[in-house]
Order: sequence, then structure tokens, then C-alpha cells
Amino acid sequence: MTGPQGLGVRDLSVTFGQTQAVDHVSLDVAPGEVVALLGPSGCGKSSLLRAVAGLEPTRAGAVSWDGDDLADVPVHRRGFGLMFQDGQLFAHRDAAGNVEFGLRMAGLAKPERRRRVGELLELVGLDGQGRRSVATMSGGEQQRVALARALAPRPRLLLLDEPLSSLDRALRERLTGDLHRILRRTGTTALYVTHDHDEAFAMAHRVAVMAAGRLLQVAEPRQIWQRPADESVARFLGYRWFVGVRALRAAGADVDAADDATVALRADSLRLSAGGPLKAVVLDASFSRGGTTLRVDVEGLGELEARAFGATELAPDAVVALSLEPEVALLPGAV
Amino acid sequence: MTVALRTRAASRVGPTAAVVLVGLVPLAFLAVFFGWPVAAIVARGVVADGTLDLSGFTEVLARERTWEVVGRTLAQASAGTALAVLLGMPGAYVLYRCRFPGRGAVRAFVTVPFVLPTVVVGVAFRGLLVEGGWWGFLGLDGTFTAVVAALVFFNYCVVVRTVGALWSRLDPRAEQAARALGASPLRAFWSVTLPSLAPAIASAASIVFLFCATAFGTVLVLGGPGYGTVETEIYQQTVTFLDLRTAAVLSVLQLLVVTGCLLAAAVSRRRRESALRLQSESTVDHRLRRGDLPAVAVTVAVVLGLLVAPLVSLVAGSLRTADGWGWGNYTALSTTGSHDALEATVWEAALNSVRIAVDATLIAVTIGVLICIVCSRRPRRPAARRTLSAFDALFMLPLGVSAVTVGFGFLLTLNRPPLDLRSSVVLIPIAQAVVAIPLVIRTLLPVLRAIDERQREVAGVLGAGPARVFAAVDLPVLGRSLGLAVGFAFAVSLGEFGATSFLSQPDRPTLPVVIVRLIGRPGVDNLGMALAASVVLAATTVVVIGLAERFRIQTAGADL
Amino acid sequence: MHRHIDNRRTRVTAIAGVTALAMSACSTLGDDSQSSPEEVSSTVVLLTHDSFAVSDDVLADFEERTGLTVKRRAPGDSGALVNQMVLTKDAPLGDAVYGIDNTFASRALDADILAPYESPEIGQDADRFAVDDTDRLSAIDYSDVCINADTEWFAEQDLAVPRTLTDLADPAYEDLLVVTNPATSSPGLAFLVATVDAFGDGGWSDYWGQLRDNGVKVVDGWSDAYFVDFSGSEGEGPRPLVLSYASSPPSEVRQGEASTQALLDTCFRQVEYAGVVAGGQNPEGAEQLIDFLLSQEFQEDVPGQMYVYPVSPQAQLPPQWERFAPLAEDPYEMSTQEIDANREAWIQEWTEVVVG
Repeated sequence: MTGPQGLGVRDLSVTFGQTQAVDHVSLDVAPGEVVALLGPSGCGKSSLLRAVAGLEPTRAGAVSWDGDDLADVPVHRRGFGLMFQDGQLFAHRDAAGNVEFGLRMAGLAKPERRRRVGELLELVGLDGQGRRSVATMSGGEQQRVALARALAPRPRLLLLDEPLSSLDRALRERLTGDLHRILRRTGTTALYVTHDHDEAFAMAHRVAVMAAGRLLQVAEPRQIWQRPADESVARFLGYRWFVGVRALRAAGADVDAADDATVALRADSLRLSAGGPLKAVVLDASFSRGGTTLRVDVEGLGELEARAFGATELAPDAVVALSLEPEVALLPGAV
Repeated sequence: MTVALRTRAASRVGPTAAVVLVGLVPLAFLAVFFGWPVAAIVARGVVADGTLDLSGFTEVLARERTWEVVGRTLAQASAGTALAVLLGMPGAYVLYRCRFPGRGAVRAFVTVPFVLPTVVVGVAFRGLLVEGGWWGFLGLDGTFTAVVAALVFFNYCVVVRTVGALWSRLDPRAEQAARALGASPLRAFWSVTLPSLAPAIASAASIVFLFCATAFGTVLVLGGPGYGTVETEIYQQTVTFLDLRTAAVLSVLQLLVVTGCLLAAAVSRRRRESALRLQSESTVDHRLRRGDLPAVAVTVAVVLGLLVAPLVSLVAGSLRTADGWGWGNYTALSTTGSHDALEATVWEAALNSVRIAVDATLIAVTIGVLICIVCSRRPRRPAARRTLSAFDALFMLPLGVSAVTVGFGFLLTLNRPPLDLRSSVVLIPIAQAVVAIPLVIRTLLPVLRAIDERQREVAGVLGAGPARVFAAVDLPVLGRSLGLAVGFAFAVSLGEFGATSFLSQPDRPTLPVVIVRLIGRPGVDNLGMALAASVVLAATTVVVIGLAERFRIQTAGADL
Repeated sequence: MHRHIDNRRTRVTAIAGVTALAMSACSTLGDDSQSSPEEVSSTVVLLTHDSFAVSDDVLADFEERTGLTVKRRAPGDSGALVNQMVLTKDAPLGDAVYGIDNTFASRALDADILAPYESPEIGQDADRFAVDDTDRLSAIDYSDVCINADTEWFAEQDLAVPRTLTDLADPAYEDLLVVTNPATSSPGLAFLVATVDAFGDGGWSDYWGQLRDNGVKVVDGWSDAYFVDFSGSEGEGPRPLVLSYASSPPSEVRQGEASTQALLDTCFRQVEYAGVVAGGQNPEGAEQLIDFLLSQEFQEDVPGQMYVYPVSPQAQLPPQWERFAPLAEDPYEMSTQEIDANREAWIQEWTEVVVG
């Protein structure tokens, strides 16, 4: 029996009583690939991850690795790694003891364990801090230890369940970068569960968008971003207005797309620019994150939002010109 | 892929088969050393000439007295439990959440009443309550209040220790968050801390209720003849009248009451027992501060008024000899008493007690841990969950069944090879372990159940099989509370009198047996010696509990 | 830094090892050797009540003389002893029994748990205590259950010490008496029987009604009554009249003077018997044991050990007893058959009258 290399999920279903948490999902993760499972909370992405780990009984379907069915392989023999949102470190062990755990389970000799623990702690930026009690560590440090612990036995697949969502924003952004770097450098195959699309796009080779137990779209980040499969995917990514290509052209914008397609817009899609083709009346302006967000009434399109660089002083009722970003997100079919 | 649409459970951490196997050992133990003997003695009462005769039920249940006794038992147990919990909560807080010099000593001290033989406590207590005693002016001698006060005296430490064990490791941040959100200390306690402690409180309350409902000596000595309970009634019907028919009906009635109480407790526990954030104790406790004053005041009042006073009168009695104050009663402990009242010296009895207690503790902790392993599983199927909680409740039953029923049951059943244990010294620790196991479970289970299931999952994914998951995740947590459980089991064993007196050999008595024997003979010197021996028993308890607490701290940092 | 972890582990292992060793040394389990068949024939198991006592050297003499080893089991008081024997009739726990008293003797006889044996040591005088003519129970000792009075207290109050049962119901002695519950204490039962004997079927419950109205206090056990409520002993409680034994006063002698006395007109005579257990493993040993219990040596040991009088008139009593522990001349008595037939009904009626 041959199948896909790496992880293969076929027609997998997980139910809790009457609830279908995972509904006939199929998904492959190739060796070295990082796939993000993106979806709102309660969409079944964690259940899918747990089913892959062998922690959740499955109702139907199969999980395989390199084509071998894993149904009869217990959790501890799957050779996977797992990292939770809140670390779940072993409180009675120090940082090194946590990292060392999987290595001991794998039966590694002591010098080798010691070397590997040092290596991992250095990789996550905690070199020399192995003796620290995990109870005295900050949330970010704890997650670094959790990552080092999960990576130490060189798992053939790393499962990450919202690993950064309990951290504050700045820390999350920094760790997103670190995590990305570490996963790429180690060539780790990973399934990454998150509800944050920025995190998913930054981390993954491919993103699988999930809702109500089903996969809506699986594609590279860029593809997902620019060609969402449907309105619900688009809305989940942050697109808030949906305008027909014909209507946009009628209002003066130049769009490279089929006539019957739909453009998905968010605030950043429209920019304040002196020579822009779209005419609009400012309704309201507020400063945010390095720019100004404008509520505008666009001629022929109605109420939308646009962005301006810097703290632009604009009084309500001012008439402005807007331009559309060059590569807009398109949905197939008319609105 | 050949796997089509069919239901298949993925392998999980801790396969069901292993759990069932682990559960079978304690089940077999309980069946042989509790279920079978009790069933045998009840059967004697309801089987006449080989046929089942249930007429005893209609007859006994039709008696007004039966219901009076049941009502009184429930009232006494409820009042005792409520008061013990109410007074024990501040105690648990002060002794397990605050830091002050001598805390360990106080913790050990509050356990002393729990192990003293009821006869001794009865004499000490009544000495206070009787006209002319320190508390004689209260006029409580032989009243309901006196019985309830004594029940609280005995069971205070059950609440303090059971609730304290969990409280000492509860993450304080939830409460702090509530305070920050504008909740008063009382409000924060009520809405955040109390719900988290609920499983431990329910545990403690169910144990105390069972102890109160089956209290024997306390009720007899302090209540007097007007305060008969189901327990004393069973004793009377069995031992005095040999009316096994009535005793059987009452035993079944007792079992029903106890089962009802356990079910109620299980329901309230199941609703609340959830994964809590637990911390190591050292990061949680704090120095005494002004806000702790009310709790400290209540604790001091209870400890001094209810616990210290009877014990002081006990110590004072032990220092009174025929020729005035002195150590005479203590030097007499190395003799067999005046006119050779005893067959072994008190010291020999003490050594014997300790040795038996070691065995009983080993048995109780081993079986108790096995039960906890099984009961801390969280199966998803409702049927499996119900099975588990029934399993849990099953091991509480021995607390609720009369010692005399079990003792006579032993004699009826364990009389043929390979289990001809009636004359064996092994039977004593076993009988004591049966009573100690529920305490071990109630001490360890809440802590074990508070472990986040994902800890086990992480360990599993990292390559640990079920046994190693247990060693890596459950055992360290167990280790920290194990000392507490060991102390408890040891204390129960040291103080157990009911079943022990049935089974012990006169030339190798335990300390409580010796004390009761001494107090059963006239003469100043015998009473003084009995009181001195009680002080020795109390001191042994304090030392053992103190050591057990240390043991807990020792393993806290161990890499098991 | 990794060395640290190893040290710690070694230490834990060491602690565990030492603990295990200490525990195995403490354990009782190793001592429980199974008896071999030869041992059985040289061992005789004596079932007794929990007040049984004998001087070490007296017992050692017997063991040396006969080559027997005496093992004892004491499950509780006389009632518990008999009931336990009835329950374990099919697999007896011992070979001989000592301590069945006349309030429970009938139950033992009816249940067929004893084998007949007439000891050569039984004297003519011992015969007067015989319960029936089947030789299954041999009387060993007796004692009188009597009201004891704190004579010092009465002297201080300038009140005459009461003498009879009727006196106790006299309002002059209101709130002075403490007795024990017949349902839970054997002296309590004995005293109840005494009142039944004294006042008859129609009168005894009225008498208890009078005692109740006169403020009698009932507690559940002897030690509680004697040590807590009684003013004449260690506890120095509030009540100068207590239900105890005729043999109690010698224990309260201070500086050669008695401070308490037994009221000899209130006594019930309790007799304790021994017998050979039917179906025991060592009947010969049991018979030798009964002979021993009736021997001069044991009989003279009995007063000092168990505060009871030996049945043998030849046995010497301790000197203090002559002076401080005289026996009742005409105690209340009742046949064991009559007691057994009515015990439960009496206790129930008593409970209704006194406890309510």
C-alpha cells in the first residue's frame, strides 16, 4: 500500500455525541511542509489536530504517515510532537528537565541528551537557563521551553495547538518570527492550529481554512489571500465589503478581472491618493496604527473604508480621491 | 487506504484494559475483606432455614423506635458535619495558606483528637462538662450539643487536612483577579475560591458525615442512653441480644443512608471537580497579615477551646498520681500496671501499634493509590463515567458500616483455608486499612483529578507509554500529597479500636486496647496510667504526622 | 549542573531504600508464622472476655508443668464472647472458654457450643454455682455488683449513707446516684436483674420510675460512671453513689483508710464460668486448662488480678479484702434461664421507663 509521503488524512470524522466536530476532512502534509489550520474557535481544528495525534477517537476515516495507517499506533509511538497554547510544562521539573523528557523516553544516552538539551535551549534563545524552575518563567519563556521540549526528540510531525495565542501582542509577533525561523531551519513538518490569519500566513507553506468541521480551502497563503474560495473564507480573513467588478469599473476603477467576478475589499484596499480614480466624501476619520482610517461614501459604490498614510487632517464632508490597490482579492462569481 | 467508514477508537493514553486491570486489585481486596463478611452477617439475619425471610424488614421498619433512631442519627451527623466544615474552613486557610512559625506543629496537633480512643476522649470531655468541671456551668452534660461538640472535636482535622491539601496548592491569581475587579475579600472567596475548593469540601464533608453517622463510643459516652443511633443500635442488637434479624435490617438501613449520602456527595463533586491550576505550595502561601485576623480568631478559638481544653485535662490527669502531681504514671508505662493489669507493658503495646500501623498504612496507601489511578481517569462515555463514580463510592462504604458488623462478618467468613485469617495478626492491619482507604482516596483524588489532562497528553506524545505517563505526570503530584495520605492512614490505624478490639490477641494488644483496658478497672493508678498512655498515643501521632509532612516536602523536588 | 540532578535522585533512592528497610523491620507480617500440626497439639486457645488477667508466673507454671502453650482471644465483654462463640460454632476459634457469666450462661448452653467436662478440681462448694447438671460450665469466680458510696462525702454532708434499694429512691438522696445502661454494660444488666428480683414482675418498673424521678443518672459504661460522675474516685465527680462492685473499695483505700464502701443490701451476684468448647482442636488441652482455672494457684491469683472472689473456699484472699471488700450476705440472685428468657424484654421496658 502506498500513499502520500508525510501525513495523510483521509475522510476523517470526529464526533462528540451529536456534534460533528470534524466532518470528512482530507488533508496531506508533505515532509518539511508547515500547514496552518486556520479557523474561528469551535470550528473543529483542534479536534482534527488531536485526532492526528491519536488523542481523540475517530468516528471514521484514516490517518497515515508515509502511507502507513496509524489507527493501531498508540499516541506514544507515533513519533509526533505536541505543543499547547499554555505550554503544559511539567511543573516539578526545571527547564532542562522538561526539554529532556522526550529524549529520555526515546532512550537516548545521557551525554547525547545533555548535548541536545543545550542545543534546543540555544535554538529557542534560552541558553544557559536550563536549571531555572519553569514556575518562575514568563509566559513567553514557558512557550519557548514548550517548543524546545516538543522539538527535542526530532518529531517527524510537530503539532502546534494555538501555541502563541496566550501571549501578548508584541511577544506574539516576535515569537511568530522566531518560530517561523526555527521551523524552517530545522526543516520540521508541522500542523499549526491558529485562529489568527497573520500568524497562519507568516508561519505556513499552505493554509487550510476550516469552518464547522469542514475544510473550506487549502492553498498557499498568497493564493488564499488573493483568491478566497468564497465569501465566508474572505470574511474570516478580514474582507468586509464585496463589490462586483462591473460596479467598480463603472465607478472609475481599473480592475483586471472577469466581468462577473466579485472584488473583496477591506480598509487597506482603498488608498487616499491625489490622482485616484474614485471620488468619495469623507464621513469620519480616526487615527490608527501608523495611518488614518477613513469612513467614506464612494460615488457609485456607497459607504466603505479607506486608509491614508500618516495623520492626515481631514474634515468631514471633504471630497477626496481614492485608488484601488493593484492586486485586489477576487471571488469567483457575481455578488 | 483500505480503511473505510467504520468506527474505530484511536489508541489513547491509558488503554481501558490496563485501567480495568488496575481497578481489579482493590476491588478484589474490598470484596474479600468487606463485601463478603458484611454480606455473610446480613445473610444470617435474613435467611432462616435456607429460605429468604424478609419479614424482619416489615417488623423492624414498623417500629416507631427505628425511625426515631434513624432520624437522630441523621440529625447528629448533619449537625456535626455542618459545624466541622464551618469551623474547619478557616482552619484550613490559616494552617495551609498562611505562613507562621510553628505551623507544622499546629498542623500535627489538630490531628491528635482524631486518633484518640473514644473512651479516653469521652472521659476527658465529660470531665470538662460534668458539674464542677471547667465547662460545667454550660450544663451540656449528656446533651445533643455535647455529642455534636465531640463529633466536631474528632473530625475537625479531617476538614482542615482535606481542604488544606487542595487549598495550599490553589493558584491565588484567580482570586487576585477577582479582587482587582472590585470584589471584596469575602466576595472573592465566595465566588472564586470556594467553587475551586468545592471538590475537597465535598470530600471532607462526606467523610465527616460518615464518621458522625457511625460514631459509636462518642455517642455512648457523651450522649448517654437517650441518644442511641443506628450504629449503637446495631451494636446492641448484635452483641447484647444476638438478634441478627434486627441487626441485619438496621445494617441494610445504614447502608442505604450511607449510599444516599455518598451519591449526593459524588454528584456535587462531579459537577465541580475540574482541572484547577495548581501551584507548588511555597509559591502560594503568605505570611499572616491583618486581613487574616477573622480566620485566625476562629481557628485559635476552636483549637484552644475545643481541642486543647480536653487534651489539657487529659495531660493534667496523667500527671496526677495517688501521692499528688508527678511522673509516676509515666514511669509505670514500662510496667504492666498495678496488680499486673496488663499483659504487655504500655511501651510494648505502643511498639506493636506502630508496627501494625505500618502494615495498615502500606496496604491502605497501595490500594488507595490504585483506586485513585482508576478514578482520576476522565472517560468520555457517560456510562464509563458513572461506572467510575460508583467505583469511587464503593470504597467509601466501609466508613459507613458498623465495625461490629464487619468484625462479626470476619469471624463468619475468613475461617477456611486459604483464607483462615481469623487468628492471624495480618487481619488487624487489613481491617484498619479498610477504614483508612477512604481517607487516602479523599486526600489524593482531588489533587490527582486537578491535573490537566493535556499534561498527560503531552507526555504521551513525547513518547511516554501509559506507565511512564503516570510516573512523569501523576506520580510527582501524588508524591506531594502522599505524605498527607500516609499520615492520615497511620493516624487511623493507630487510633482504630472497634475492629481491632475484636481481632487483637490479648498478649499483643495495641495502644488503644491497652488504654481501654486500663480505664476499665478501678483505682487511681490505673486511670492515671490510662491517661498517660493516651498522652503517649497522642505524642506518637504528632510525631508521625510531623514526619509525614516532612516526607512530602522532601519529595517535592525529587525527580521521580 | 547535571550532576545536581543525579545527586538528588541518588538521595531519593537512598531515602526510599532506608524507608523500605525501616518499614519491613517495623512490620508485623513477618511474625505471622503458620502453626504446624505438632504445634496445634501443644497449643491451647483460651477464649475469654476482655477483663481476663492472670499473673505471668502463675500462667508460666501451668505452661511449664503441662508443656502447653496458652494463646488467648478476647473479643469483648461476656455477652460479646458468648455471641461470638454462637456465631462461629461451626469453626470454633478456641479450645476452652472462660468468662461466661450467669446473665449469659443460658444462651451458651442452649446454643450447644460447649462440651461436658467434670474437672477433678471441682470442690463441693463450687457445686453451689452449677447452672444445670450437664457439667458444661464450671464456676470459677464470683463477685457482687453493688452500689458504692463515697463515705467521705456523706460524712462531710452529715447525711446517713443509704443502705437498701428503697433508700435510693428516697428524696433525701436526690440527684446522687449514677448507674450504667443495662443494654450496654454488664454491671448495668446485673443491677437491673437485682431490682427485678427485689421488686418482682409488677414492681420493678415502678421502682425505676421512682429512681428516675429522684434524678438517677444513666451513663453507658462503667468507667464513665466511676471515673467521671462518681465523687469517690479519681475524677471527683458530682455524685457520691455509683454502680460498681463489692470489690471496688480496696482500690480507693488511702493512707490505710477506706473512703468508699459497697452497699451490701443492693448487690447482685455475678458468677463467671469456664468450659470446654465443642469441636475445639485440642480438647485434652482444654480440660487441663479448666483444671488449672480451678487450681489453688489460679484461684488465689484471681482477686488481685480481676477483682473477683474465687469459688474455692480454700483460696486465700488478699489481706485488704477481708477488711474493705466484704461480700453481701444475702445478694439478689436469679437463675440464668430466667435471665436469658427475659433479658430483652426487661431492657426494652427499662429503656421506656428510664430513658423515655
